[in-house]
Amino acid sequence: MEKERENMEEQLKITRESKGILNMHPQKFAMWLFMLTVLMIFAAYTSAYIVRKGQGSWIPFDLPVTFLYSTGIIVLSSIFMQIGYFEAKKNNKGKVILFTVLTLLSGIAFLVMQFKGYGRLVDMNLYFSDPNNVSGSFIYVITGVHAAHLISALVFLIIVLITAFKVENIKDKLVRMEICTTYWHFLGGLWIYLYLFLQLNQ
Amino acid sequence: MSEIKTQNVHIDSHEEHHDDHAHHETFISKYIFTTDHKMIGKQFLMTGIFWALIGGALSLIFRIQLGFPEADISWMRPMLGEWITPEGRLDPEFYLALVTMHGTIMVFFVLTAGLSGTFSNFLIPLQIGARDMASGFMNMLSYWFFFASSVVMFSSLFIETGPAAGGWVVYPPLSALEQAIPGSGLGMTMWLVAMALFIVSTLLGGINYITTVINLRTEGMSFSRLPLTIWAFFITAVIGLLSFPVLFAAALLLIFDRSFGTAFYLSDIYIGGEALPQQGGSPVLYQHLFWFLGHPEVYIVIMPAFGITSEVISTNARKPIFGYRAMVGSLLGIAFLSFIVWAHHMFVSGMDPFLGSVFMLLTLVIAVPSAVKVFNYLTTLWKGNIVFTPGMLFSIGLVSLFISGGLTGIFLGNSAIDIQLHDTYFVVAHFHLVMGSAAFFGMMAGVYHWFPKMFGRMINAKLGYVHFWLTFAGVYLVFFPMHYIGIAGFPRRYYTWSSFETFSNIFQDLNAFVTIAAIITFAAQFIFLFNFFYSIYRGRRAPQNPWHSNTLEWTTPIEPGHGNWPGAIPTVYRWPYDYSKPGAADDYIPQTVPYSETPESNTDFENELAALEKESGVEEVDETKE
Ligand code: HEM
Ligand SMILES: [Cu+2]
Repeated sequence: MEKERENMEEQLKITRESKGILNMHPQKFAMWLFMLTVLMIFAAYTSAYIVRKGQGSWIPFDLPVTFLYSTGIIVLSSIFMQIGYFEAKKNNKGKVILFTVLTLLSGIAFLVMQFKGYGRLVDMNLYFSDPNNVSGSFIYVITGVHAAHLISALVFLIIVLITAFKVENIKDKLVRMEICTTYWHFLGGLWIYLYLFLQLNQ
Repeated sequence: MSEIKTQNVHIDSHEEHHDDHAHHETFISKYIFTTDHKMIGKQFLMTGIFWALIGGALSLIFRIQLGFPEADISWMRPMLGEWITPEGRLDPEFYLALVTMHGTIMVFFVLTAGLSGTFSNFLIPLQIGARDMASGFMNMLSYWFFFASSVVMFSSLFIETGPAAGGWVVYPPLSALEQAIPGSGLGMTMWLVAMALFIVSTLLGGINYITTVINLRTEGMSFSRLPLTIWAFFITAVIGLLSFPVLFAAALLLIFDRSFGTAFYLSDIYIGGEALPQQGGSPVLYQHLFWFLGHPEVYIVIMPAFGITSEVISTNARKPIFGYRAMVGSLLGIAFLSFIVWAHHMFVSGMDPFLGSVFMLLTLVIAVPSAVKVFNYLTTLWKGNIVFTPGMLFSIGLVSLFISGGLTGIFLGNSAIDIQLHDTYFVVAHFHLVMGSAAFFGMMAGVYHWFPKMFGRMINAKLGYVHFWLTFAGVYLVFFPMHYIGIAGFPRRYYTWSSFETFSNIFQDLNAFVTIAAIITFAAQFIFLFNFFYSIYRGRRAPQNPWHSNTLEWTTPIEPGHGNWPGAIPTVYRWPYDYSKPGAADDYIPQTVPYSETPESNTDFENELAALEKESGVEEVDETKE
């Protein structure tokens, strides 16, 4: 009995200790599930948009071209991110840091661009809190919720960056890098979808 | 090659330096901020029980109003204060708040968090052979988000303007305009905050459940050998993951409408003769978004109960579950269909009638997989060697309640009939039988069945029988009469109908009857409560495998520690339903027994498997690694 207890306690430590390695795979998987939930939020918004538009009395709008520029920036950032990931695979610490920083900067540029886009929208008399024009509010909500997720990805990037600075062998942290890359591409792809969606359903 | 092997390999390499953790588990790390899935499951259970009592008590208050509208209830004033008018009546506004909070609490806090949270957490690692959830930390967060959500929701009961009062579905404009009713103010804000936290909790839990089931199954635990409990929890989590974000999205728009001046859901509203500025919003849009969660939600509630019932019925009928594949298939079918029937809650919302008939068709189709489940339960029971444990009785109770309530669903699913029945007590009767009571019975079945594993002691069966029969008779006496009241046209969520002749003369007796039955049923739950807490401390010590069950959790020590199995994790060789197998020595063969050890009961195919086992060296799997 006593022996069994000890044995048990030993195992306990082991599960805790081994967690880092054990969870590698599950973490990636969990990220996919998380992206699924994010996708559902936007599925909800875009369908709500279509349903609402179908009901008539819809005020059409022109999407500011700033959003096209931000689309370009996000594509660029994804390229940086991917190169960074390849460099991590080659265990090239310096390059990893460089490209992560580039991704980070272009991510911030994206957000700035979105913000400028809001300025354009205001110039066009499209406000977020407009009691008479729901189409304007929709643009803000859809892009805003996307931006909120992008900020979470920026935080993730910073974590990756800190990790990259700290570890000797960046290759050991490849999974973290990979998860971050996946998430980043996902948000980029999501933005392209949202942009096209808004463009096609003005 | 499963993770387990990696784990074992890992064990060796780290043998030397593990002296710092675990030895001194403090009270806080063991009972409060624990990452042990078993303790987290119990935390969900205790919180769920607490909420069930609150939710039940609220319902008694409004039931007294419905059953005895003339009664003087000033004796409740010490508890309810200003909500009792000077004449000793219930405040009508508070009535609405009671109904709303009762619904919210029961659907989300008891039957979602209390049921899925308890049993998914407790059983998934134990039954698939894992040491814990994929991420103990996320699991802990999941509970604490739920706890925070509970605190907010609970506090909203005590604020001056009262809790949310627009119904558990919080339809705008009631929920969107602060000035609509008192409950639309701070109470509604707190409701939204609580639900946002709740959704985060559910998603964290769900991601964990799914990841664990997919990634951490032990050697040999293929999907076709998973106990049906796990299948049910797994699919439930998938449904939750797909539907809760939509509620989150809908709630966010509601928040914008409430506080940021948008008009997603609002249009053409006059208050006191004055027009509000909002134009062009659509309240029906909210209904679509809400029910896209709302309908799957009802299956999130019932599916874990299905899973538990499958397990308990098979074990206690001493028979393999009838149609394992059909059971899994029907779960998948229900899960799929549950996403495309939501508009049956909106037949009379002004929706296009053609669209209505599409949803009607899809709704009626869902009766098919539901019926498959019922028939399989009944055929599993048929000619079984039934052992009537309290858990078994509650499972059979679930089947009965699910049939009674499911039949009325078919009435409601017809859009033409629903014009008469919508928003009457008929609907209330329907969902309390099919969802409320059935899922509650599933939860009770689970508690009685896994109590020995949870607390290492047996729960008293005699008291369990008394509890069962009182509850079983009770819920039928409460909810069956509601069908008649509903067909007569009583609307739900109304404070009083006594100004209608028919209702006050003919149906008042029936309403009073329902109320008395509800009080007795509620009182009967205290038998359970006593039994539960008494047995935790004083119950008879549990044997290793009290129900002679096949699943893995019974191979752990009677009171498993963190990590579940002291030695290596057992390997699985067969499905979990080898009960009363012809030729076998015992009437059950646990999942850990290889086919090569049971030549007397093997089929030809299983003999081939046995040969394969020999080739791959059954016994060596773990021993060599130690
Ligand atoms: C045979 C299958 C079923 C059919 C055809 C069916 C049909 C319906 C319909 C048409 C309504 C809307 C009634 C109205 O508001 O006018 C309804 C309400 C409801 N059903 Fe079912 N149902 C079925 C099974 C279930 C199951 C299995 C559950 C839960 C586990 C469930 C839970 C509910 C709930 C909670 C409501 C009321 C929601 C509310 O308005 O507050 N139903 N059902
Ligand atoms: Cu439904």
